[in-house]
Amino acid sequence: MITATVEARDNYLTHEYGVKSWLLTKDHKRIALLYLATITFFFFLGGIFATVIRLELLTPPGDLVSSQTYNKLFSLHGIIMVFLFLIPSIPATLGNFLVPLMLGCKDLAFPKLNLLSWYILVVGGLFVLYAMLIGGVDTGWTFYVPLSTSYANTYVILTAVGVFIVGFSSILTGLNFIVTVHRMRAPGLTWFRLPLFIWSIYATSVIQVLATPVIAVTLLLVALERGFHLGIFDPALGGDPVLFQHLFWFYSHPAVYIMVLPGMGVVSELVSTYSRKKVFGYKFVAFASVAIAILGFLVWGHHMFVAGQSVYASMVFSMLSYLVAVPSAIKVFNWTATLYKGSISYDTPMLYAFGFIGLFTMGGLTGTFLAALGFDVHVTDTYFVVAHFHYIMVGGTMMAYLGGLHYWWPKISGRMYPEGWAKLSALVVFLGFNLTFFPQFIMGYLGMPRRYHAYPEEFQVYHVLSTAGASVLAVGYLIPAMYFIWSLRYGPIAPDNPWRATGLEWQTSSPPPPDNFEITPVVTHEAYDFSVVEEMTVG
Amino acid sequence: MANHSLALRHQFEDVAQQKDASTLGMWIFLATEILFFGGMFCCYTVYRASYPHAFGIASNHLEVLWGAVSTVVLICSSYFMACSVNSAATGHRKALVGFLALTIVLAVAFLVIEMSEWYLLYKEGLMPGVNFTYKGIDPGHVQLFFCMYFAMTGLHASHVTIGIVILVILAFRAYAGVFTPAYYTPVEISGLYWHFVDLVWIFLFPLYYLIARHLQG
Amino acid sequence: MAEHIVTKKQYAYVFAILLVLTLVTTVAGNMDLGPFNVVVALVIAVIKASLVVLFFMHVYWSTKLTRLVAVSGIAWLGLLLWLTMTDLISRGWLGVPGK
Repeated sequence: MITATVEARDNYLTHEYGVKSWLLTKDHKRIALLYLATITFFFFLGGIFATVIRLELLTPPGDLVSSQTYNKLFSLHGIIMVFLFLIPSIPATLGNFLVPLMLGCKDLAFPKLNLLSWYILVVGGLFVLYAMLIGGVDTGWTFYVPLSTSYANTYVILTAVGVFIVGFSSILTGLNFIVTVHRMRAPGLTWFRLPLFIWSIYATSVIQVLATPVIAVTLLLVALERGFHLGIFDPALGGDPVLFQHLFWFYSHPAVYIMVLPGMGVVSELVSTYSRKKVFGYKFVAFASVAIAILGFLVWGHHMFVAGQSVYASMVFSMLSYLVAVPSAIKVFNWTATLYKGSISYDTPMLYAFGFIGLFTMGGLTGTFLAALGFDVHVTDTYFVVAHFHYIMVGGTMMAYLGGLHYWWPKISGRMYPEGWAKLSALVVFLGFNLTFFPQFIMGYLGMPRRYHAYPEEFQVYHVLSTAGASVLAVGYLIPAMYFIWSLRYGPIAPDNPWRATGLEWQTSSPPPPDNFEITPVVTHEAYDFSVVEEMTVG
Repeated sequence: MANHSLALRHQFEDVAQQKDASTLGMWIFLATEILFFGGMFCCYTVYRASYPHAFGIASNHLEVLWGAVSTVVLICSSYFMACSVNSAATGHRKALVGFLALTIVLAVAFLVIEMSEWYLLYKEGLMPGVNFTYKGIDPGHVQLFFCMYFAMTGLHASHVTIGIVILVILAFRAYAGVFTPAYYTPVEISGLYWHFVDLVWIFLFPLYYLIARHLQG
Repeated sequence: MAEHIVTKKQYAYVFAILLVLTLVTTVAGNMDLGPFNVVVALVIAVIKASLVVLFFMHVYWSTKLTRLVAVSGIAWLGLLLWLTMTDLISRGWLGVPGK
């Protein structure tokens, strides 16, 4: 690591002061920070729901909260974590900050639209918060009909409207990124010289644009049925509840790729920098991102194996689900090959990258178990599924998000985070995570159903382990929240390129000036070309 | 006035790149709209395939003439919208405003016809959730047809309404001389949106109004 | 990117064809063509839609990327419809209730 001299340079943080300069900003870097604050709030709110859930599950009887309250807890945990945290997380924070920097341009294609996207997220979030405060929703984040349309007596429409609005934030962000990547790359920056993070964000954006409208219209139909009695899914009229599930999962399966692809993009960057090697099989990794995006649209029926979907359709979806595992596996192999004979450093971001690779692999493999029809029939709606998706969402995406946040923190804030505390937190997160979720695989396999607040005695030991793990995990998340804020004032000043990494974002100051670069860069070398960085390193 | 034609935003290198980006952005938005309406088209497909007879009976309760007239009205509005883009590109300000005005008038006419049809259906007791009193064959599935009909035409009508608002704003700006042959991107991309609205109706008309028409006289 | 200006006359030709096709589809809709009613209706709708997309929306003269975006939207809708209908159509093939 190189230390820097303290210079008073105009950067995007010091360029203008005042609330209006933040709330009316068009600078993608400031908008990224607005998003960061917002989603961090929602993360901790979703975490509070998780805490109460885990506390209830410490004991077999449903003694902490009533069953209806419990239903509201897991519903709100899911809705907030999926729609208000995970979906925006990496794209709206790291993506917004880095895409123009990595492309060598001044801002996204539509900066005002970018700001509007944030406001849309906030408004949608407020709808969800309001619904939560006046009574919440108990249908699960999946809003299945006819519960949500006919039988629930909670605030379904209000919550659905909130999610509908938040969806547009996602669509507009994706739209902005796609146009920017296509039309605003710096001279010399061809597609195959792009950082793999950009490929991932691009693939994610395509999914956001094509999938999100479908859930928007599906929730609209639920609201129309519930509010205006247009019984589109009403079995009494011949409506088909399974049709709702087709429409819902057409979005919600690709949504999980919206959540994990950006994380994979971050890991590619981290693995390369901390092995000081270019990513093995660059084109394979790039194409794998696109393949995941496309194949991810073909597998949604694997959520519906026991819902009443035909066996033949289920078989087709099962086969396609095995296919979608392949590009993910290719990425894992390529990251591993990148590590081989690399010069490895164990800085905090790399620890998170290692965590991702291991835990995502476990989550992904258990996905292939679930893709098998026979096995799925037994573990559907058990904790096996809960463990599977938490391994990917928390063990995968969340780890990548933290890794990325640490890696780019010097660029974003101009400060270094405290490495000792950061390494400790990474370890605490890893241990806490596994203690929380590994027992869930076991008890799910043994038959513990999901979304139940009371359970037979035999599962208690697993639940106690899981809750213990959750409390450790919570500590692991709280420490970084504190030291990141601490570092803004007391952290050492960061140099322009503390990791001696490749990529255009490291060739401007930390933090960058408002227009990102003093002069528009011209790219003449391939991605991850460390020889260039060696040349540029002075002393 | 001349500054507007060189309204280059700072993130772009030149006007051509800016125009290109705006057009691409609008097309991506339209792709999302295809899927937005598409979800409802999916419901329609599933239910029509499941209950073809009931859908045929239900369709015969709609007035083909009004459906056809609506279609013609929207196609005319699309033609005038296209002419307005041409006028903007060739620098004919008065023609631009005139064609936009014609587009808006026809759009309003479309909505008037639509609301009249809805009112007629209401009078006949065919509005689900309000007064659905149909007592003929297959009442459940016929009601399902009308649920889909109102949902889809309602969603379409809301898009027409938004389009009218956009076009009115556009017309005022055109009148003020904002658009020149060097800068008329808002006209072009509003045109794209408007043509999309027409496209949806091109499918809605046969799918709702022309099912098994021969069954009735 | 070359600015291609489409003339009002070109638009008028397309407009005329669209009106004719609307007439045709309305008349065909009132005839009994058995299972071909829906085929004819959809074919005509697709032709009309293609004319609007190609000429009113300028896709005939647009970049490959624009065309890709337009086609992708339609293709993805097709995907949704196709796989959903696969489920619907194959229900009951096994002769076991609920499968």
